[in-house]
Order: sequence, then C-alpha cells, then structure tokens
Amino acid sequence: MKEYKVKVEVKLKPVVLDPQGKTVLTALHNLGFEGVDDARIGKLIELKITDDDAGKVRARVEDMCMKLLANPVIEDFVVNVEE
Amino acid sequence: MSKSNKYNFGIVVFPGSNCDHDCYHAIKHVFGQDCEFLWHHETDVDRFDCIVLPGGFSYGDYLRTGSIASLSPIMKSVEKFAQAGNPVLGICNGFQVLVEVGLLPGALIKNSSLKFVCKWVSVRVESTNNIFTENLKVGDTLDIPIAHGEGNYFCTSEELKELNDNSQVVFRYCTENGELSPESNPNGSIENIAGITNKAGNVLGMMPHPERCAEEIILGTQGRLIFESIISWLNLNKKEKGRA
Repeated sequence: MKEYKVKVEVKLKPVVLDPQGKTVLTALHNLGFEGVDDARIGKLIELKITDDDAGKVRARVEDMCMKLLANPVIEDFVVNVEE
Repeated sequence: MSKSNKYNFGIVVFPGSNCDHDCYHAIKHVFGQDCEFLWHHETDVDRFDCIVLPGGFSYGDYLRTGSIASLSPIMKSVEKFAQAGNPVLGICNGFQVLVEVGLLPGALIKNSSLKFVCKWVSVRVESTNNIFTENLKVGDTLDIPIAHGEGNYFCTSEELKELNDNSQVVFRYCTENGELSPESNPNGSIENIAGITNKAGNVLGMMPHPERCAEEIILGTQGRLIFESIISWLNLNKKEKGRA
C-alpha cells in the first residue's frame, strides 16, 4: 500500500457562464493588466489516499467526482495522481 | 379549503436550515395542518402526506449549495417518498438540494450579479399541471420574496427543451404586469425560470419563498395559494387514509 497525493481540478463547463471569473477579469483590466482575454474560476481539491496502485486511485477519485466532488451538470474535472 | 381533513407535513431540518420555523408556522398556524420537524438523520417518512425541504444554508453551502445535504440519510427516504407520487416541496436551499439529489434536473449557480438578492419579485404561473399550482391559472402573477445568492438556474439545452415540452416550468420571474424581461430576472436564470417540477408534477423546486407571504401581517398572502393547492390535492387524493 502506498500513499498517493491526488489533486482534483473542478472547473465550470465552458458553456456555463462564470460571473466570478468575469468580475475578476474586469478587475484585472482595471488594475492595468493588458492582454488578459479571459478568467475562469474553479476549485482545487487535494486528497491523500492509500491504495495499491495509481490506476485504482484514479478510478476511485473519478467515482468520488461523479458522486460528490463535482456536479457533472455544470462542472468538468481533471484528476492528477502523484506518488 | 376543506376544514375536515388535516394532513401531516414533515419539514426536513439540515444543519444550517433557517426557514424551517417559518414553514412550520405557515403550515401549522396559518393552515391548521399537523406539522413535524424531521432531523436529517431520520429515515422513516411514511407517516407524512407532504415533505418540505426548507430554505437556509445547509452545511454552510460547502462544496456546492445543497450538495452535502443531498447525501443526508433522510434524502434516500425522501426520494422513495417522491417516487411514490407524494408531494415534495423544496424552497430555496430545498430547491438546491432537490437538483443535487437528482429529483429535479439542472443546477443552481451563483447569481449573475454575484450579489445576494433579497427582495420582492413577481413570478408568472406557467403551468398548472402539478400538485402545487392546481388552484391557480396559467398567466397569474404572484408577488413573492426571494433571498438567495445562488438561484441562477442552469440546465443543458436538451433538459430545457424537455422542461418546456412537458410543462415542467411552473414559475418564471416577470414584471408586475406579467411580462418576461431581462430586467425582471433577478439572478440570470435561463429563460427567467424561478421554479420547476419533475415530470410527474409531484416534486416542486422554487427559489421564491411562499412561506414568507402567507399572512396579511407580513404584507403578502399570495404564497398561500401554493400551500392551498397542496391541501386541495391531498383532499382529493388522500381521503382513503381516513385522517380526520
């Protein structure tokens, strides 16, 4: 058994309007940062998981995302597993 | 409304619910029905005729509004209760719980203004093909308060088509005259949607608060029409239970 560090990025789907991201984009422009074309805000969830191998960990975390960590109606997720 | 029948309403209380007592007051004291609070660990809901998921901030809105509450032990029982055709009313945070648990389609995301909006709005009745607006007519408008930060209804275009095709959209935000406009949409909801039902019409989720406009003393009474519709439906459909 090994301990894995897992990072889950949860992002709003591109079709979902992100009012928080839009507000941050406007604020960046107001601060004078040029060339910033878009800003989207998501979540980063860090997990520590003990299991036999990385493949199993990934499968379990994807299940967690579908059931709780992300809402598949509005959000996409990316799972990164590190030893 | 018949005075002879009394029904048993269950109000689910999650950690962070805060409109549970308002619902209890309206149902018990304004409508004279039996009413019980149901802690979210309970699993037996068979004694109830209607379940209400009240407004509030269950679990502090952690992760996503309604997401943790949707995993509470009681929600499995509420799902069965709903699948059996019994009335389930989710108000505000209750609506957010109903979409998270999958009894209603779509999701409720942050208001487009990013602001918590607390004010009176008008909603137009779009469908009466359900338990909750039976006593109303399509096109009627109701003055009703809202108070939420995440009431921006979102769903896929396929889900939206299905909602419209099946008359599942019950309320839309409108002007005082009943016109739909971007200005009358307080939170950015798709097609001004303020409340929807499931296909069968026995589960309603709505962001506005009917329990906050059920008495003259609080300057609004049109929320009564929704509770009265539920009671009318129970009178027609629950008499066989022989409650007196």
